[in-house]
Amino acid sequence: MNDSNVPNESNVPNDSNDVVGVTGGCMRGFQYVIACGIAAAMVSAPRAADAQTPDAQALRQAIDQLRQEFQTLQKQYGDRLTALETKLSAIEGQAPAAAGAQAAGNQPQQPAAEVPPGAAGAGGPSGSLPIYGAGAAASKVFNPDIAVIGDFLGAMGRNTVNPSPALEMHESEASFQAVVDPYARADFFVSFGEEGVEIEEGYLTFPAIPGGLLVKVGKQRAAFGKVNTLHNHVLPWTDRPLAINNLAGGEEGISDAGISVARLIPNPWAFLEATGQVYRGDSGDLFQSSKRGDLAYVGHLRGYQDITENTNIDLGASYSRGHNDSGVRRGIDVGRFVTDLWGVDATLRWRPLQRSIYHSLVGRTEVIWSRREQPRATQRAVGYYVSGDYQFARRWFAGARYDNSDRADDASVHDRGGAAVLTYWPSEFSQVRGQYRRIRFGDEDAIANELLFQFQFSIGAHGAHPF
Amino acid sequence: MLGLLLVAAGPAHAQGKLTVVTTTEDLAAIAREVGGDRITVESIARGYQDPHFVEAKPSFILKLQKADLLIVVGKELEIGWLPPLITQSRNSKIQVGGAGYLDASAQARILEIPQGQITRAMGDVHPLGNPHYWLDPENGKAIAREIADKLGELRPADRAVFSQRLADFSNRVTEAEKRWSAMIAPYKGLKVVTYHRSLPNFADRFGLNVIGYIEPRPGIPPTPQHTLDLINEMKAQNVKVVLVEPYFDLKTPNSIGRATGAEVLVLPPSVGGVKEITDYFKLFDYDLNLLVTALKKVGDTGTR
Repeated sequence: MNDSNVPNESNVPNDSNDVVGVTGGCMRGFQYVIACGIAAAMVSAPRAADAQTPDAQALRQAIDQLRQEFQTLQKQYGDRLTALETKLSAIEGQAPAAAGAQAAGNQPQQPAAEVPPGAAGAGGPSGSLPIYGAGAAASKVFNPDIAVIGDFLGAMGRNTVNPSPALEMHESEASFQAVVDPYARADFFVSFGEEGVEIEEGYLTFPAIPGGLLVKVGKQRAAFGKVNTLHNHVLPWTDRPLAINNLAGGEEGISDAGISVARLIPNPWAFLEATGQVYRGDSGDLFQSSKRGDLAYVGHLRGYQDITENTNIDLGASYSRGHNDSGVRRGIDVGRFVTDLWGVDATLRWRPLQRSIYHSLVGRTEVIWSRREQPRATQRAVGYYVSGDYQFARRWFAGARYDNSDRADDASVHDRGGAAVLTYWPSEFSQVRGQYRRIRFGDEDAIANELLFQFQFSIGAHGAHPF
Repeated sequence: MLGLLLVAAGPAHAQGKLTVVTTTEDLAAIAREVGGDRITVESIARGYQDPHFVEAKPSFILKLQKADLLIVVGKELEIGWLPPLITQSRNSKIQVGGAGYLDASAQARILEIPQGQITRAMGDVHPLGNPHYWLDPENGKAIAREIADKLGELRPADRAVFSQRLADFSNRVTEAEKRWSAMIAPYKGLKVVTYHRSLPNFADRFGLNVIGYIEPRPGIPPTPQHTLDLINEMKAQNVKVVLVEPYFDLKTPNSIGRATGAEVLVLPPSVGGVKEITDYFKLFDYDLNLLVTALKKVGDTGTR
């Protein structure tokens, strides 16, 4: 697929530049003749009254001569153009199979610059110097796929507990993705937020390890449930559910440097995948590692089955464990307290194949249980959300979500809320979203009533659509 | 133990049929012609589905995991859904560049390769050219050649079988082309409007003149202004046929049809687009029949 591009990228631009140069010269010659002609006409005009003076005849001769010279010039340029065009079509017509080799062979000579006279003989390089970067168009073939996704958020209304700014460029995510070598591919997601730059994810994937394993190494969002694995721009909401914010690390989530191994479990019935992950143990305010041995672990089991060609069900169970920061005193983890998380998730999807671009429905729920050891008493908290998103036209989606969650560090406090979402896609590459959200924080009367809106836009490489 | 299993499974597997997975049913149909009973073929997308927007369902991962060969349309048709499936397939053979990965477009004639600067202001353009190239029988032969070569590479013992079947398929296509060309010949230069830019190769081969699209730009749904402009253009040029792929909504095409008196035809661009189209030949039989029958109905031989 890329091979056919190579001759275009490496050779054609140079030749076509020549062609442009020649036509440019031709045009200039033509303009010159016209200008001469007009000048001559202006000079001769006042004298026209003097009938046919020898001067006018001389001028006419000069013009004729000029015309002849121009025609010769035109012919010369025409011939050169034809020659160049032949050359061009010969290059374009080369068999695609040979393209790679040809590209290397036909690579234009590296442009060179002379060593400045004063520098010659001073022990530095002599003769001509290569100009790096020029003629390197072919090397761009190996550049990673680059895309940038902007996420602009606005908020109106009242929220005294956890207010977000009226307007913010919430995140600009740059992604760089490419195949590393025959054994691995690499994916980087760099997130530029209001608080600085962060590697949201950056990992190496070995897709073809013997034994049916899929191995990922690097910083990654852990395979805990569904929402934790999703980047902001693929969420069906402008925010994350309360259960995620209260119990599973919020927006950053369980996201850490580590190693992930996933294996398909062969069985005659369904898609079944088991994932085991080991992390350093630092995940925002959820896990904190004070010693090298304080690792965090994530285990995930996913089952998927097509019910019909339009409908399918996706089930998951997750577990995670790591040290928390409640026992840390002056940088030393005296308490050695641990947080355990359990989660189950279920997703039901419906999308009629023949009208797949117009209608779809996704229903999803996740329940998370948290057991957090703390100095006074271990807290056992539970939270969940239920959401539904319906695509009712090619570019329109409507959704709703119900939230209910205890707080991880004080399970006696319950937060509850709901949201209604309307999303419009001007195209596949941009999205406008409005979300009404109501949250009742705790059991007192701290109620947040907000209207959130979001603009999301993507430039660059065409990324894969999430499933 | 795993090694033992592999050894045990190896030879039996090598003599069995090659497991071929294709992204679309057209490729599956051609692979079936070339591979015959030496292969099993399965397609990921259905023929009545928009091949740009297939969902990357985990059940497809299971299919890809077992594949000896993955055949793709290429030209970025599958860019929105195939890469994550390949990555998760745990199958080293079918990784891009692997021995079991085949881009069927290598020898095909590709149209609408954009020249100069392209931007997304033009809609969802395909920078490598129009990927709907299988709708030209000559390209069908080119795809078959690619597949035969690749199958021969993977199963050298059956190489002769594949080349013989390839020759047979190519001959039958050449024969059928005469029939198809004769069918459509009286309508050469017929002006049509299509929904998406799915038919340049079909139009080019069978002498149709696509004068406009219901989508204002590729991937952008119809807008009222564009629809009005299109209706006026169709009236001005006396266009009597609107061709729509089976996965697009018929509301706008039908209203255009009512406003202009044009016949709106749902033209399957792929094998499996309707039940009757079970192989590559029936695809053209069906589409050309549909077109010619409709043209006879509108009595539209004069629209040049």
